[in-house]
Amino acid sequence: MFVETGHYALTLALGLSLVQFLMPLWGATVRDGALAAIATPAALAAFACVALAFSALTYAYATSDFSLVNVVENSHSLKPFVYKLTGVWGNHEGSMLLWVLILTLFGAMVALSRRAVPSRLRHLTLAIQGAVAFAFLAFIEFTSNPFLRLDPAPFEGQDLNPILQDPGLAVHPPLLYIGYVGFSISFAFALAALIEGRIDAVWARAVRPWTLTAWLFLTLGIAMGSYWAYYELGWGGWWFWDPVENASLMPWLAGTALLHSTIVMEKRDALKVWTILLAILTFSLSLLGTFLVRSGVLTSVHSFATDPTRGAFILAILVVFIGGGFALFAWRAPLLRQGGLFAPVSREGALVVNNLLLVTACATVFIGTLYPLALEALTGAKISVGEPFFNATFLPIVMPLLALIPIGQTIAWKRGDLLGTLQRLWVAYGAGIAGALVVLALVRGGPVLALVGIGLGVYLVVGSAVDIFHRAGGARVALPVMLRRALGLPRSAWGTAIAHAGVGITVLGIAAQAWSTETLAVVNRGDLVSAGGYTLRLDAVFPRTAHNYREDVARFTVLRDGRIVGTVEGAKRLYVTRGMPTTEAGIMTLGPSQLYVSVGEPQPSGGLGVRIYWKPYVLFVWLGAVVMAAGGLLSLTDRRLRVAAPAAARARMVPAE
Amino acid sequence: MRRFLPVFAAVLLLALPALAVQPDEVLRDPALEARARAISAELRCLVCQNQSIDDSDAPLARDLRILVRERLSAGDSDEEVRNFVVARYGDFVLLRPPFNWQTALLWGGPFLVLLAGIAAIVTAARRRRTEVAAIAPLSDEEKARLAALLEGRDQDA
Repeated sequence: MFVETGHYALTLALGLSLVQFLMPLWGATVRDGALAAIATPAALAAFACVALAFSALTYAYATSDFSLVNVVENSHSLKPFVYKLTGVWGNHEGSMLLWVLILTLFGAMVALSRRAVPSRLRHLTLAIQGAVAFAFLAFIEFTSNPFLRLDPAPFEGQDLNPILQDPGLAVHPPLLYIGYVGFSISFAFALAALIEGRIDAVWARAVRPWTLTAWLFLTLGIAMGSYWAYYELGWGGWWFWDPVENASLMPWLAGTALLHSTIVMEKRDALKVWTILLAILTFSLSLLGTFLVRSGVLTSVHSFATDPTRGAFILAILVVFIGGGFALFAWRAPLLRQGGLFAPVSREGALVVNNLLLVTACATVFIGTLYPLALEALTGAKISVGEPFFNATFLPIVMPLLALIPIGQTIAWKRGDLLGTLQRLWVAYGAGIAGALVVLALVRGGPVLALVGIGLGVYLVVGSAVDIFHRAGGARVALPVMLRRALGLPRSAWGTAIAHAGVGITVLGIAAQAWSTETLAVVNRGDLVSAGGYTLRLDAVFPRTAHNYREDVARFTVLRDGRIVGTVEGAKRLYVTRGMPTTEAGIMTLGPSQLYVSVGEPQPSGGLGVRIYWKPYVLFVWLGAVVMAAGGLLSLTDRRLRVAAPAAARARMVPAE
Repeated sequence: MRRFLPVFAAVLLLALPALAVQPDEVLRDPALEARARAISAELRCLVCQNQSIDDSDAPLARDLRILVRERLSAGDSDEEVRNFVVARYGDFVLLRPPFNWQTALLWGGPFLVLLAGIAAIVTAARRRRTEVAAIAPLSDEEKARLAALLEGRDQDA
């Protein structure tokens, strides 16, 4: 019965989102504020309804209600309880419901942010938000209903894909979706500004927290997904330039550009039209990502054509929102007045270059991901675009961008002094070069690109510290004064510095992988294998069973200089219900580095095939992303984003730093 | 079934079990083996999605890996090995697509986007400069209003 209630609530949400979409537009047309204000309760009620629907599905999963097709296909009574819950979004229908839940949650939050957003802007934003919610709720209702019943109900379900039975599933999709969906708010704000024909610093200040929130969750979501793939796949890779990964990287790159251009708009009233365009572009890429993953077009152009309902529906949503967004932009953008002036060499100028490079990087990923599909559809020719292509095209764009970060961070607004800025950063350059040389001396050689990467990483981290140092007065004031001033700097300044240092940490981690090693061996019990200064001894190979899988475990003792450091276990696992094998990598974390053991097949000649990787500083890859997100979070708590925007903004002119 | 799986599953599913290169495939000569690994990393496993033969444990990938090693042992250059494989499987097998008329836009695309971006920025900057030159100074009425606003701000602060 609760399931039907959920279905009913979902349908009700569909109707409410239509109200949320149309009423503010009507209200705006006839200039009736009370009519437009209906958007607020509609948004809140839509969220409540979707939350109820989501609870109903969760309840069905928790109680293993096999009268639901969705539960039968993706659950099993013996599955651990936590995976029954996370399994709600471990399938197409459920994950779309999660998508809409987050979408309406954001809508409800905008509806409640009365102090931060002027009412007209808020109502129009809710209208656009309602339109997006309506489209996706309709998509769920008509093509992906998770509440379909099955009669007669089977006694047992088909279990969840074993790869998804992992804590990663609990965390990764919600984080990623908050990121994707969060950009719908920036999109809605952009369209609302276009409809109003007015855009100013108040707009920028109102939209920035949402963009920042979406960005920081997307950052964490991508990093989490990357780490999940790293330990789950069992071959030590952490980024594969897979279309599915690219689908999340594109909105991240565009969103990062948006975050930076919004700063220019907020502080200097410039780049308005461009910021609006970027906001539309970023959410378009989020939608594109959803389309790519959901439609099956990636598997093959043809499989998309054979079962087109879902794909065609999302494609229609894509066309309406992206097309509509850009059409509205083309029509209304000329109305927007341009603001502040700046010289080419200035903070604004640096942020323009930042945007140029980020958008080019994004376009590169876009072209690389979609070109094979387009070529096959148009000419029938099949080509592959893989990692070598992206390494050859993406890196030359991103490396100059990285080199520019500390410069852009320190240069003055409006009219900057390039020479002075470069001089101020001499410590950072010195540290970068020294870092690369130290690594060169320690490891005696290595790829040039990796050494450049080490240098860049150190330069970014030190450059961020230099930025804070100079903002706090630098060497001109006494040390205690400098420290006190540094602590008193706005949180957004610290957030920027920390996020940029995070980029440096990730770059260091990536560069360090040039020195990772891979040892392939056939081992019998008692055999020794060495990797990264450690020695692994195979102690035992034994079978083990758990409630829904059985596995063959290989246990190694890890030694360093004859002393035991610990044990690490790798396994080959078989999930019984689906008869699906997986490889469970054995990972031992040693500081920021890891030993990674992947167990293979028993060899015909006797012994066990194993692959042992030494991954120096590999945790830096993800740690950097966490630091970036932490910087974003700190910036989000900045005073000017917390206080009531419109009134305070006018009273407190922001000084050019 | 696969395409109904969510974002996160799709990546993972395509690359199931591990241990691609088997110990019995490895060549004795480390230099030759290193070349084999480098070539394998840029050849697509044709029955997988977005996986090189070096990473895949599909039987076809193993056959190709052994083929690459046989050619190398027979004294072929890297280029000859690649041509040998392409002659049998077409350009599809190359993860780094060759530059030809079909891929011109692929390789040139990022560069074109960058150029277009630079052109757009330069044009916008030029237009701004001429527009700004044409802006009239403040009228007396506006000056009075500005003064009033500034005064109001002082009181607030």
